[in-house]
Amino acid sequence: MSTTAFSQFSMPLLMGNSLNVWSEALVGFNIMGLPLGLIIIAVIPLLFIALYSLTYGVYGERKISAFMQDRLGPMEVGKWGILQTIADILKLIQKEDIVPTSADKFLFVIGPGILFVGSFLAYAVLPFSPAFIGASLNVGLYYAIGIVAIEVVGILAAGWGSNNKWSLYGAVRSVAQIVSYEIPAAIALLCGAMMAGTLDMQQINVLQSGDYGFAHFYLFQSPIAWLPFLIYFIASLAEVNRAPFDIPEAESELVAGYFTEYSGMKFAVIFLAEYGSMFMVSAIISVVFLGGWNSPLPNLGSFALNTWTNGPIWGAFWMISKGFFFIFVQMWLRWTLPRLRVDQLMYLCWKVLTPFAFISFVLTALWEIYVP
Amino acid sequence: MSEYFGNIKTGAVTIATGMGITLKHFFNAVHRKGDAGLDDVDYFRQVDGLCTLQYPHETIPTPPNARYRLNNDIDDCIGCGQCDRACPIGCITIETIKVAPDDLASCGKTRDGQQKKFWVPLFDIDVAKCMTCGICTTVCPTECLAHTPVADFSEFDRSNFIYHFGNLTRLEAEAKRGKLAEIQAKAKAEKEKKAEEN
Repeated sequence: MSTTAFSQFSMPLLMGNSLNVWSEALVGFNIMGLPLGLIIIAVIPLLFIALYSLTYGVYGERKISAFMQDRLGPMEVGKWGILQTIADILKLIQKEDIVPTSADKFLFVIGPGILFVGSFLAYAVLPFSPAFIGASLNVGLYYAIGIVAIEVVGILAAGWGSNNKWSLYGAVRSVAQIVSYEIPAAIALLCGAMMAGTLDMQQINVLQSGDYGFAHFYLFQSPIAWLPFLIYFIASLAEVNRAPFDIPEAESELVAGYFTEYSGMKFAVIFLAEYGSMFMVSAIISVVFLGGWNSPLPNLGSFALNTWTNGPIWGAFWMISKGFFFIFVQMWLRWTLPRLRVDQLMYLCWKVLTPFAFISFVLTALWEIYVP
Repeated sequence: MSEYFGNIKTGAVTIATGMGITLKHFFNAVHRKGDAGLDDVDYFRQVDGLCTLQYPHETIPTPPNARYRLNNDIDDCIGCGQCDRACPIGCITIETIKVAPDDLASCGKTRDGQQKKFWVPLFDIDVAKCMTCGICTTVCPTECLAHTPVADFSEFDRSNFIYHFGNLTRLEAEAKRGKLAEIQAKAKAEKEKKAEEN
């Protein structure tokens, strides 16, 4: 193969601006009639979740929490404790898979599964890069916030199936929480959808690209966009059961909440689901308000920073680093704020976030109608 | 209504303050917290930085006059057994053999010139039981028994906590015992002989 042929082959794949090149190429990739490409498309987010929760999720959170509390965190296994997570995984794998005798076996086993599938399904519409999206749905955003809500079924199944008062309390609290946070979260995202005029995740990103980098992001496109941004961020904390809204797993009150009875790999799956949905909500907020895979750097005259830092691979970089930034903020908040009481969460969601979400909804609508 | 907005404002301000504090600590985690003591003027100003002491790798040195593990300098021990009697929990086991008159020179003297009159074949201290009260050290006439600054002496097997300080091997102890018994038997025989003569 000559170099020209190679460049013709690779250039559109690496540099091209047409959307979804990689995923469409994978869709067409069949071996002996088996849709292997489709499987690869599904495996990529799965691998991503596993890798990121191993490294940044568990190890990073331990280190970040340690540094915020003037500690060192894991230091013994490997240099700076880098292999600590591997050691933990080894331990989890070796553990006996216990199902309590008095537990409802079906619910107990299926709970972590639903939990993980719920958070994993949302990755289908996550535009990892301009060239890659699992399923380019035209109702992507709607699907994402809808499918993440399945998680609560998993939590309820796990908590109810455990046949344990702590687990049941945790599960019930989680269900009480979902009715509180879903409304402000959905309305806040609607503001972003209104600004975009579409629910297609990939299109929302495309509409936020431009020469001025971050100035095209919806967060900076209207004077009220910070309000739904903030509201969705707060509500997303409640959505992924992170502090200060970790009421369902409140370890100081409920042992470990809905996963008290879980150990070994089932516990690991629950953890994976938690980290999966953490990245999921961070990705949604960065797609809707911070331009997703668009580079935040502006073109400055001859320094075409924006043009240089855009493209399929750069897109994946920006997408993941924006997601990681929000995960960092989630961790940062977790080690700053104490847990809210259930009634405080209700107060916050119903009496503060929901009215402000409505206000920002109306203001965004007015802005979109009257300001060209 | 003003209370409502006041609450929101308080919430926002306090969250921002708290996050500022944690972020400051996060970025300060690159260096160790200073080791200024309470007396230093800067004590309250050096709140930031890592506090963790990675214990087995680094330790705070114990003071030279610290009183932790009990140690017996057996060369100075005269085998009086006062420590054994004084110990409230009985962690000291002592066994002595009287020194034969012709062995006195080989048994030696303590550092301050006192003649030792007992062999000490067995001097066991169970440091696991020892509560470092120090009563044994106060009654010790030669001050051979003392608490040392060694604080970390953990073991995997509890029997390793019994420290042996005896200065005779079993064979030596048998020999000394035999010799003493011989001398005593001789003395007894002489005594009886004398009594008979009388």
